[in-house]
Amino acid sequence: MVFSLGMEYYLPVIWALLLAVAIAMYVVLDGFDLGIGILFPFAKSDAEKDQMMSSVAPFWDGNETWLVLGGGGLFVAFPLAYSVVMPALYLPVIFMLLALVFRGVAFEFRHVADTSRFLWNIAFAGGSTLAAFFQGMLLGGFVQGIKVENNAFAGGPLDWATPFAFMCGMGVVAGYALIGSVWLVMKTEGIAAAQARAHARLLLPVVLIFMGIVSLWTPIAFPRIAERWFTTPNLFYLAPVPILTLVLAYAVWRWLEKGHEHLPFFGVIGLFLLGYIGIGISIFPYLVPPTLTVWQTAAAPASQVFMLIGTIFMLPIILGYIAFVYWLFRGKVHQGEGYH
Amino acid sequence: MEFDPVLLARIQFAFTVSFHIIFPSFTIGLAAYIATLEVLWITTGHERYHRIARFFTKIFAVSFAMGVVSGIVLSYQFGTNWSRFSHVVGNVVGPLIGYEVLTAFFLEATFLGIMLFGWNRVPRGLHVFACVMVAVGTTLSAFWILSANSWMQTPAGYEMIDGVAHPTDWLAAIFNPSFPYRLAHMVTACYLTTAFVVLAVGARYVHAGRYPEDSRTMMRMAIGLIAIMAPIQAFIGDQHGLNTLEYQPAKVAAIEAHWQNEPGAEGVPLVLFAIPNEAEERNDYQIAIPHLGSLILTHSWRDTFKGLKEFAPEDRPPVAIPFFAFRVMVGLGLLMIAIGWIGAWLLWRRRLFETDWFVGPLQYVWPIGFVTILSGWFVTEVGRQPWLATGVLRTLDAASPIEGWQVATTLALFVVVYGIVFSGGIYYINRLIVRGPQGPAVEPPEGLPNRPLASAHEATRAAINAPGE
Repeated sequence: MVFSLGMEYYLPVIWALLLAVAIAMYVVLDGFDLGIGILFPFAKSDAEKDQMMSSVAPFWDGNETWLVLGGGGLFVAFPLAYSVVMPALYLPVIFMLLALVFRGVAFEFRHVADTSRFLWNIAFAGGSTLAAFFQGMLLGGFVQGIKVENNAFAGGPLDWATPFAFMCGMGVVAGYALIGSVWLVMKTEGIAAAQARAHARLLLPVVLIFMGIVSLWTPIAFPRIAERWFTTPNLFYLAPVPILTLVLAYAVWRWLEKGHEHLPFFGVIGLFLLGYIGIGISIFPYLVPPTLTVWQTAAAPASQVFMLIGTIFMLPIILGYIAFVYWLFRGKVHQGEGYH
Repeated sequence: MEFDPVLLARIQFAFTVSFHIIFPSFTIGLAAYIATLEVLWITTGHERYHRIARFFTKIFAVSFAMGVVSGIVLSYQFGTNWSRFSHVVGNVVGPLIGYEVLTAFFLEATFLGIMLFGWNRVPRGLHVFACVMVAVGTTLSAFWILSANSWMQTPAGYEMIDGVAHPTDWLAAIFNPSFPYRLAHMVTACYLTTAFVVLAVGARYVHAGRYPEDSRTMMRMAIGLIAIMAPIQAFIGDQHGLNTLEYQPAKVAAIEAHWQNEPGAEGVPLVLFAIPNEAEERNDYQIAIPHLGSLILTHSWRDTFKGLKEFAPEDRPPVAIPFFAFRVMVGLGLLMIAIGWIGAWLLWRRRLFETDWFVGPLQYVWPIGFVTILSGWFVTEVGRQPWLATGVLRTLDAASPIEGWQVATTLALFVVVYGIVFSGGIYYINRLIVRGPQGPAVEPPEGLPNRPLASAHEATRAAINAPGE
């Protein structure tokens, strides 16, 4: 094929970007509904809990589908990376999935239950918190690197369990709680909204501290990341990322103080994306840091092209009907509004 | 203690997939049923279709949630437990599953929101549309996942380069030789499974004298579908069997516990019962009908097909599981036909709802489809062994480089978590059935008037804020 050289270079890059978009969508969308679960135990009354759950009930299923697309996308476009990363992060992946099982069924079971309701409250809160924590652990385990020999995972079963990964786990819990709280600021009213605003103001500095720790820890612990950030001219190109983060964080703080209802949510999405871009800059072009790049792990070009055609065609349609459903269920969830 | 990671990973996959398959096979049929009811509702205007649709939507919600969460687990297991599978056949199987996510999962998960929460919020037509989209999504999902599974059974449209499968012809890969049969067989099975649940629920109410109008409609619709679909399913199954004999003869030999063709003998007997003895390569306590095996599988009296001994021992599937599971599947299939036809006959004689000896036991037929599907799944999946992808990759060579205790730990967790979730699901579905189509009288939340059901049809802002049922 005449174009084969070019295709083999660009296709994996396109796919890496698409995968990044899918995961970003997941982090933002399932982030806020997992965040609701994390904040669940802090709700004062059952009515407030109902309101919190109703605010995400029509969306959570679609939100979680991005996780399947993220995992599926890695499998499709970078099967070798998938086959190395998954065994390396075996236990946290399965712990996360089991937590999501509990939390997913809690939505429906809690609604039908009466005396056993408290059990599904616990399942919802516990499942959401653990799922968020293990997602953070996965992120940490991925950033810190995976041992590879002969194109296969060659490390130990507990390589991922480091203080760095633990800290990432806590950071993601705080982050999801923050985006959950600003979602509630936007979608609820009355006591629930006031409570959410207070939570957001508490969580914003906590999340910034975690972002700060990761930003310092990664270049200190991993020279390859320090080299990426602190050599010229990279330093100047990349400086806007931390600066924008600080500016935006200040803006979110002010919006919360002034009583804005929508802006804090979109501000926090911006903060998430900046943090996410930061991680992307630290990692690219490795899909299995620090050994395998996107090109080394890419699927056969024929597979990538076949899937790309479908994605280009389907993605706008998917985004379209997702937007439609969010629009349909726009506005605030009223106190006492029925769940089903 | 030493754990064998491959064996444990197989047990884990068998456990999680068996648990998972129950829910999609129910929700694929149920989504189609609800969409049908909704279409009937807006075209005929009969409220009972609306009540039944709403009632089953609640059951759908609980089942769908369990299907979603257990399905996500499966999609990640390809990587965690079977990473070499991902690497070796990922180029082909990956996009098939990728298309499932793109075309099916998002569609059903997104429109599910409208289906469950849109009753008071959107115009009727849009709600019907959402239900149809969910039904389309679940069926598309079956299309892709069965394509992927069929490719593993009868691979096509690929070439091997450096030990990794590369696609050469996507149409051949998607529509691989066993796919049409498998898809037809599975979707029909889903409809039958759901029909038996609807039938059992209807029979329960008829028997108790509750919801006479709704329950009779449920029973009538279910009996009608079963009477027509169950025999069609037998025909599809027969065709599927011919296809399997052509492409996976070792599987058929295992299903029939057919060890060898006796020299000079004509035709293969049908083994009705036996205890397959793999160590000595023969059947114990065999009861068989001469020539019937040939008649069923080759549609001729004299033709023979390969016996297990004609395959190298390392290429033979285990015999006992496919053999017994197949007999369970066929036996229950025949029972389904009998129930459908007796029911149709009683319905035609206008005696169905008064015939206690028939309606009474029907209350307990709801698991029949699930057991049949699980048996069929065991036949096809165990019968594929020792291959994960026939002729491409052996199960033994597909496992992840992980330690046995990891798989053992997570397997134990899966058993505990799924045990809790499954019992919870059955308990809550039963509670919904006890509550019935009309549901209990719901006290309106403070400060809001209890609106009559009619207001649910208005897409006005006022209705938006009204309490749900």
